Amino acid sequence: MRKALNAALLQKAAQKDDRSWFLTGDLGFMAFEELEKALGKRFTNCGIAEQNMISLGAGLAHEGFQVYAYSIAPFIYARAFEQIRNDVAAHGLNVCLIGNGAGYGYGVQGPTHHSLEDCALMRSAGDRMRICAPAFAQDVQEIINDWQGPTWLRLGLDSAPKNFARPSYRPWRKLLAGEKGVWAVFGNLAGEALQALSNLPEGERPELWAVCEFSEPPGDFLEAAKANALTIFEEHVAPGGFGEYLSLALLHINLHPKLFKHFHALGYPGSKFGSQNYHRSQCGLTHAAMRRLLEKA
Amino acid sequence: MNAKKTLLKIHKNSGTGHLGSALSCLDILRVLLSQIMGPDDYFILSKGHAVTALYAVLNSLGRLSDADLSTFAKDGTTFPMHPHVGTPSVLFSTGSLGHGPSLANGLALASRQKKAPRRVYCLCGDGEWQEGSCWEALIFAASHKLGNITFLIDSNGWQGLGTVGNVASGLELEKAFRAFPCLLTTADGHDDLEITSALGQNAPDMPAVTIFRTIKGKDLSFADTLASHYLPLPPEDYNRLAGTADA
Repeated sequence: MRKALNAALLQKAAQKDDRSWFLTGDLGFMAFEELEKALGKRFTNCGIAEQNMISLGAGLAHEGFQVYAYSIAPFIYARAFEQIRNDVAAHGLNVCLIGNGAGYGYGVQGPTHHSLEDCALMRSAGDRMRICAPAFAQDVQEIINDWQGPTWLRLGLDSAPKNFARPSYRPWRKLLAGEKGVWAVFGNLAGEALQALSNLPEGERPELWAVCEFSEPPGDFLEAAKANALTIFEEHVAPGGFGEYLSLALLHINLHPKLFKHFHALGYPGSKFGSQNYHRSQCGLTHAAMRRLLEKA
Repeated sequence: MNAKKTLLKIHKNSGTGHLGSALSCLDILRVLLSQIMGPDDYFILSKGHAVTALYAVLNSLGRLSDADLSTFAKDGTTFPMHPHVGTPSVLFSTGSLGHGPSLANGLALASRQKKAPRRVYCLCGDGEWQEGSCWEALIFAASHKLGNITFLIDSNGWQGLGTVGNVASGLELEKAFRAFPCLLTTADGHDDLEITSALGQNAPDMPAVTIFRTIKGKDLSFADTLASHYLPLPPEDYNRLAGTADA
């Protein structure tokens, strides 16, 4: 998705957009060199100083710039949370905080680089903070073209089958029709779910939804979830995550799925580390685990 | 009413603390806002707990009314005990220390890009520079040659639980600033001429830093003590000072 981000920002720059300002926390080797040339003085390497980068971004946004602040996800949301909360979110400023490495995305680099509680923090940063967890790389372009206000952009790997015809970006999208319950999958885990389900006939798979934002579930999702088996997948810890959000949203409208299952990041069982796929498999978040779940049902 | 009388009255009426911090920077703020800053310049009060000094100066300049200040720190007020955006001259809500310098960097960088003839002033405490974010900001300002920014340090020598020298004995601020490519000046923070002279100095390609020697709780019966950080204004101090407070 980082390539897609770069392409989207380059396209903006080519349109003579003079409001975009890209900040990086000394990251982006072999990724943003072309963007740096295109933006000139509006591309700033802030060095290894994320607190300064975020507040600086708030200052730039105050002056009318549309700011992108990029780093490995936890270096932004965890390191500089107070700057996000006080300087960006509370003031409703146009700062798009871009965290690379959704969930276990940085794999064997280890837990310091993982992004497992980012959404919980961002949800708590204030009502004006919008969380966007793209399901597909192409979503990034659409988000970049149309955002305003404090935004958390959670980038990860797009693992969707190449031949899948992606519906255009919406916070909630029905990706597949199905008859065996409903799956709601958060962010780029949609790719894993598609790998697990897309070659199955409709009668043998659940209805699949990709959810990219913490926004109100649409009516057709609610209709499908009503009195059905609902399964949620997210590469994020349970507290403050999508599963909690959706459960509360359903309770508020007195909607009770027949069954409710929630697969989420479990941290590091046994304190062992590995690739993203290794960690996902421990949490039932790989396409293989999803397929097994379906077979068991 | 002059700013000092107003400040004393705010604290007499509200019974709130942080008076010592406000008194240590009141003269700096008064000179800065009334004599130094132009209409397009920006100011950030990073040591937000001294907000009553800012309110008092804004009142003396006619930007805040007595009616505004009468609500200070009361339920339903828009004038809380730390600056909140929406108050005249307040661009950012501050209070947690160490945010102002980086916010100022953003304003200064944007102003340079837009070729806006503006200077950005940011007032911090001396203890505040124990925050790592302040040094992140100074590194950035120096590296990016932000010549349109001034960091003002109200060096009253006190912080939450003791003197700055005792709590952070490993940090000598003046020596530390000298390690950076910045224009460093020092001045008596209670002498208008020295304040004006120090703030009049700047360089086109480096940030300016002025360390102001100040007295926490200046003129209070418990001036230059830790108590002045917390205790409300004693009635006898109000009676003694309100009658003699100079502009």
